[in-house]
Parts: sequence; C-alpha cells; structure tokens
Amino acid sequence: MSTLAGLGGLVRLILRRDRLLLPLWILVLAVQPIQTAAALDQFYATPAALRELYGTILSTPGLLAMLGPAFDATLGALTVWRAGLVFTVVGLASLLTIIRHTRTDEEAGRRELLAATVVGRHAPLAAALLVTFAADLLLGAVVAAGMIRLGLPATGSVAYGLSIAAAGWMFVTVGAVAAQLTEGAGGARGIALGALGLAYLLRAAGDTAGSDSGLGWLSWLSPIGWTQQTRPYAGERWWVLGLAVTFVVVLATVAFALLVRRDVGAGILPSRLGPAAAAPWLRSPLALAWRLHRGLLLGWTAGLAVMGAVIGSVADSVNQMAADSPQMQQLLQRLGGEKVLSDAYIAGVMVIFALAAAGYAIQATLRLRAEEEGLRAELVLATSVSRLRWAASHLLFGLLGLTVALAAAGLAEGLAYGLVDGDVGRELPRVLAGALVQLPAVLVLSGVAMALFGLLPRLTAVSWAALAASAFLVLLGPLLRLDQWLLDLAPFSHIPKVPGADVAAAPLAWLLAVTALLITAGLAGFRRRDLVSA
Amino acid sequence: MSTAISISGLVKTFGPTRALDGLDLEVRTGEVHGFLGPNGAGKTTTLRVLLGLLRADAGTARLLGGDPWRDAVSLHRRLAYVPGDVTLWPSLSGGEVIDLLGRLRGGLDPKRKQRLLELFALDPRKKARTYSKGNRQKVALVAALASDVELLLLDEPTAGLDPLMEATFRQVIREELQSERTVLLSSHILAEAEALCHRVSIIRAGRVVESGTLAELRHLTRTSVQAELAAPPDGLLALPGVHNLEVDGTRVRCQVDAEELDSLLRRLTAVGVRSLVSQPPTLEELFLRHYQDQQPAAAGRDGPREEVSR
Repeated sequence: MSTLAGLGGLVRLILRRDRLLLPLWILVLAVQPIQTAAALDQFYATPAALRELYGTILSTPGLLAMLGPAFDATLGALTVWRAGLVFTVVGLASLLTIIRHTRTDEEAGRRELLAATVVGRHAPLAAALLVTFAADLLLGAVVAAGMIRLGLPATGSVAYGLSIAAAGWMFVTVGAVAAQLTEGAGGARGIALGALGLAYLLRAAGDTAGSDSGLGWLSWLSPIGWTQQTRPYAGERWWVLGLAVTFVVVLATVAFALLVRRDVGAGILPSRLGPAAAAPWLRSPLALAWRLHRGLLLGWTAGLAVMGAVIGSVADSVNQMAADSPQMQQLLQRLGGEKVLSDAYIAGVMVIFALAAAGYAIQATLRLRAEEEGLRAELVLATSVSRLRWAASHLLFGLLGLTVALAAAGLAEGLAYGLVDGDVGRELPRVLAGALVQLPAVLVLSGVAMALFGLLPRLTAVSWAALAASAFLVLLGPLLRLDQWLLDLAPFSHIPKVPGADVAAAPLAWLLAVTALLITAGLAGFRRRDLVSA
Repeated sequence: MSTAISISGLVKTFGPTRALDGLDLEVRTGEVHGFLGPNGAGKTTTLRVLLGLLRADAGTARLLGGDPWRDAVSLHRRLAYVPGDVTLWPSLSGGEVIDLLGRLRGGLDPKRKQRLLELFALDPRKKARTYSKGNRQKVALVAALASDVELLLLDEPTAGLDPLMEATFRQVIREELQSERTVLLSSHILAEAEALCHRVSIIRAGRVVESGTLAELRHLTRTSVQAELAAPPDGLLALPGVHNLEVDGTRVRCQVDAEELDSLLRRLTAVGVRSLVSQPPTLEELFLRHYQDQQPAAAGRDGPREEVSR
C-alpha cells in the first residue's frame, strides 16, 4: 500500500533513535511489579497476613483511591493492587513516546524532511504506533514471565501482562489523536496528559466510592479502570480486554482519519494567535524567565501537591497496615524516623518528594544551558543585560521555584493528614516542616547544576547523574548496609527525619554553605567563559 | 572621521581550529560596511567577539570607544544585533519578542516598528514556533531596526528572505544611510554588498585579506565570457587583460579584467556573435583571484548568468 511506503525504514529510524530510552523504560517499568511481588511475599508470608492486609485495604478509601481496587487475598491479586500505579505510568510513558515521534518531529521540521522522500502519508504515524505497541507488548511479556518465575499462576500472569500492555496501547492511541490536534508538541502533551489524569481521577472516584454506593460505575468510564477490572489472579475477566482493544481500534482509526484531513505541520485545532505587542511587564530578563518557567513551575507544584494530598490521606492507615506485618514495621523504622509509624512513613516519603523536587531544580537551572544551546541566550545577552542578571533570572527558579513546589507538597500533605486524623493544627506544621527541612539538600543539586553550567557547560548532564547517585545512596544505601562515609556523600543523608526526629542546625547550615559555594563558582565561571552553543 | 569599530591582530581559537588569525578591521562611523567572506571564514566569530559573547585570545578590539568584553552592558544599549541563525522562544508571539528585545536594549520607536512590520509583511501575533526561518529573521530585523541605536551588527540578514523581502531589506538599509547610523553587514553575497555598502572588507580563513571601497577592489574582479562566433577569431591573445583563453573552432572561452571587457566585446562583435554568455565575478572568484598564486585559474561556474543570443 503506497500510503505506508517507507514503513520499515521509519521503524528502524525510531528504534535507532530510541535504542537506549526504549529498553530503559521497559526495564524500569517491568521491575516495579516483579519487585512488589517479591517484597509482599517476604513481608506477608502467610495466608493469614495476606488476608489481614486485604481487609485493611478494603476498609481504607485512601488506599483504594491511590492504587485501585483489590480483588482477592492472594499474593498475585495484592501485587496487582500494590503496583497499581504501573498502569498509569505505562500509559504516561506510552503517550509521551508516541507524541515525541509524531508531533515533536513535525514541530521540529524533521517530519517535513521525511515527507519529501518516498514515505507514504500514513507511514510515520504507523511506524510510531507499531514501535510503541511493540514496546508495551514486550513490557507485558517481561512482567508476565517475571511473575511466572516467582511462582505465581500462569493464567493470572498472562492476564496481568496483557492488562499492562493494554494500558500502554490505549494511551498510545490517546497520544496519537492528541498529536493530530495541536501545532505544538507541548499542547498535544497537555491534552493527552489531561486525558490520562481524568482517567486516573475517574477510577479513583469510582474505586473509593465502592460498588455499594452506586458510584462504582465511574471506574468503568476510565481505561485505567478497565485494566484493573481484568482482575488478574482473582478470576480473570478476559472480556474486559476486548473493551481495551475496541478503544484502541477506534482511537487509532480516528488518529489516521485526522491525519489525512490536515496539512503537514498544521494541527486540527486552529493555532491560537498571541498578542501583537508585549504586555508592559514583559521588560526584564526576570519577566522573560517567568514567561518561560511558569508552566513548568505550575505543573510541578500541582503535581507535588496532588501527590502530597494522596500520601497525607493514606498516612494514617499505615499504622493499621503495618500492624498486619511485623517485617513491615521493622523496614519502615529502618527507613524512616523512630516514633509512630505514620510519622516514619511521612518522613520516608518526604525523601521521595525531595528527590522529585531536585529533578525540577535541575531542570529549571539547566534551562540556562538550553537557552544557551538554542542560541536564545545570545539574543538577550546582545542587549544591555549583564551575564549575571541573565543567569540569576533563571537560577531564581532553580532556587525559589523548588521552594514553592516543595512547600505546596508539604502543605497539601499536612492538610490531608490532619483532616484524616482530625488535628490539622498539630499535623500541618509538623508535615510542612518535614518538607521544608529537605530544602538545603535539594538546593545542593541546583548548585551542582549551576556550577557545571558555569565551569563545564558541555557536561551539564552530569547533574542528573548526581541526582541518580544521591537517590541510590539515600534510598538503597541503608538497605545495602553501605559504609557511612559513602552515604554521607548524598546531601539527602544529612536531612533529619521530620516529623519525628530532632533538627540539628549544623548539617543544614553546611549544606547551605556548599550550595552558596557551588553557585558562586558557577556564576564566576559563566562571567568569564565564552558562550558555547554545542 | 571617527571609527565605530577598530580591531587589530584579533586571534580566537577553538581547540585546534584557529577561527580568527590576526584579523584587522576598521569601520568608520556612519558608513555601511560590508563584511564579506565564504561560510566558515570567521565572520560570525568576529561579530560574537564584538558582542562580548566570546573572549578574544589575542589582539585588541574597540567598539564605539569601549571594550567589547568589559563594557558589554553599556555598549549594548547603543547597538543592535541580528544573528545569522535566529531562534526565538516558541511560546512567545513575534510582537512580544520585538517589544521585549527593544525594551532590553533600552527603547524602541513604536511608529518605526509599525512601519517595519508593514514593510516586511510580518504578522506579529503569530507564535514564534509557527514562523519560518525567514519570518524569524524578520522578527529580529524589525526589533533591531526599530531600536534607537547607533550601530547595527547584521549577520547575513537576508539569508532566509525571499527576493522581494531582500529588496525591502535593501530599501530599509538605504534609509539607514541617511540616518547616520553605522552598519556592519556580514554577507557572502557580493551583489548585496555592491548594492548597499560604502566600503567592504573581505575575510578569508580568519584574516581580512582586502579592505576598501568597491571601486578600489574592482581590480580584483574578472568577468568570464563564453561566445559562439560566426567565424574563428584571431588576435584575441594579443588583447590586454584577457586570461585563460581557450579557442575551439568558433567557440571562445576566456576571462577578462573589468576595464578591458569593452575592447574584448568590440573585437568579438567585429567577427560576429551567435551566442554569448557572460558571467559576473562571484565572490569565490574574487578570492581565487586574490590567491591565484596558490590556486591558479579555477574559476567558479556557479554565479548568476546572463545569456544573450541572436
């Protein structure tokens, strides 16, 4: 078929471009459920413990909202429940991948380059769909194989693998449709992420309400709900997969239909025009930085706040859950603080928030490098803006922006926790303090990014390696019983476990001093060096 | 007459590459100065040193009486720059970018901006992501030309423009001639420099090899001529200023110095011309002429052609 000419070559091109990324996300996502099954098997070794856990889940709306419904007191069924976020994350990875290979290419003009060669009209979208479908299927197969290897029933494992693949497939097609709608990849991502978020919320609402309240049908409006309703290891309902396949066929057809109705480079939705003149406030490097950063900052703040609210609302139930498993109690105490378990849980999760916030901090700080590489820094620095002023305008978001995002997480978490246990006045300040005490450690990573930008601009990606190493040390270091000096290398290791532990000022002051030093070095380096574009 | 830009012995290396190799350049206040050279000759590097974006390894550069590196911020209030490769913030509209850059420079004439937008037929409401290369260039040009500055640094400003817009650009730059602004215009198109510039400097491999008015540089130019004649010619070799002559029966091919073109044509028409192709000197030929000791007589054949037959 001529509209598919060049399909094979395009598939190879995508595989070549994603030869690292694709295997990486398949691997990372496949490990989650397998690890969960292994951990549950260790901590809830007896059928009685599993039954108690099952009972706790069913009586805790927060857990149902966050992770989804649980259908049986078996190891397999509870693994599917505990790793419930995997369905959403697979959807996320899938829709981002398809948009990256369709609309992003088109926006960058690479699609046009291909369209001028012997490539059929449908071929680029078909190639991107094929590769992403195959990746999801492979992910499902790896999970199924892993579960079978752990000794779980084969039927359930296959159903589980297929449900995960189905979640991916459905959001691949959601992404494919979104990619036809807007001219910019950012807009397409926004639409597809909105659909994913809506699916998650519908499922959460339906699952919390439960089947008796009459609102359980809400889960059935959500593709994510369907994937869980296949009930792996709990009397599989294969027909639900049929729903998913229908959804995929319909949306893929819609995507192709939209594709032929539009020009290359254009979107179905009319691109909105901007203002003909700049608003009066858009007159300084800081104002420009705000324009460039506000979307990202808003997204991170909202994301962390939602996560905080979810964690805060389930924190109280941790006491109950852990009572079912003595091993679990031990582990939590080793990971977190020393007092009540829910405090330990919140303090433990704070580290995750801090690591996420550090991701934002690095991303915001390295915007400097993106602007420099994209030659846009040159435009600003050729006007009467000093290098320091320009660098400070972006760095501000790497420092203050992350403070806002982290505080939002702490506030939402403290509020939700307080509302559940009925004492907002006590919990809110404690949890917020737990979030803010992480700041000095997060700021060190902004400092690392800034120092690299100023001194070794071609190596700014090393900031991400620093974050990955810190995460490894602080999350897995204690479990692996690594030497203390090694753990001390991670800035997060010096943060007290709040709420629960006492706060000593000295380590925090040291971290702030290190940050100040790194930033000063970075700014000084940048003032002296050439602008380098690549 | 004062100088707006004076550079002497400028050296800039990137690793093993010597991008600027002892460059000298002088631009007088109020003139439009053509900065000509092939791609990779060092034009953009020179401009980026003048903007304080790169730090020179050796040599001196003065810009509007200041040091381009140390006094960057105050100097940049008095100049505007249009990069050769214009990239904009995708989420901002063209109008927003123009206003922002103007304000960062310290002011922009709204009437002039409006006029330039109309001249260049640019819709300022479009988001930068939807602009073509030419339109992005127009955004940067409008922002620069509408700013109230003494010096314009333009790096291949017409590279993405269509011929119609190129003509508009020339018209606007000619207006600049009256406004006493200084313009440094980098280009690899000789015709553009001929149309606009008072003086030109030719850069090759990081050095300025020739500098002066175009009339002064005329001695460097040779026109190549191909003709089909009514009968075999004779005595062409005896003509002064004729080089690389090839005669194949009635076909003639040669190069001729600009001042001798007239006498060559007289001689050819005397024999009778069936067809004639004459090719004005391209910049590349100009360089080759200048370096003919090293690279003799390999004249380029890709310049604009004018064909006359009868």
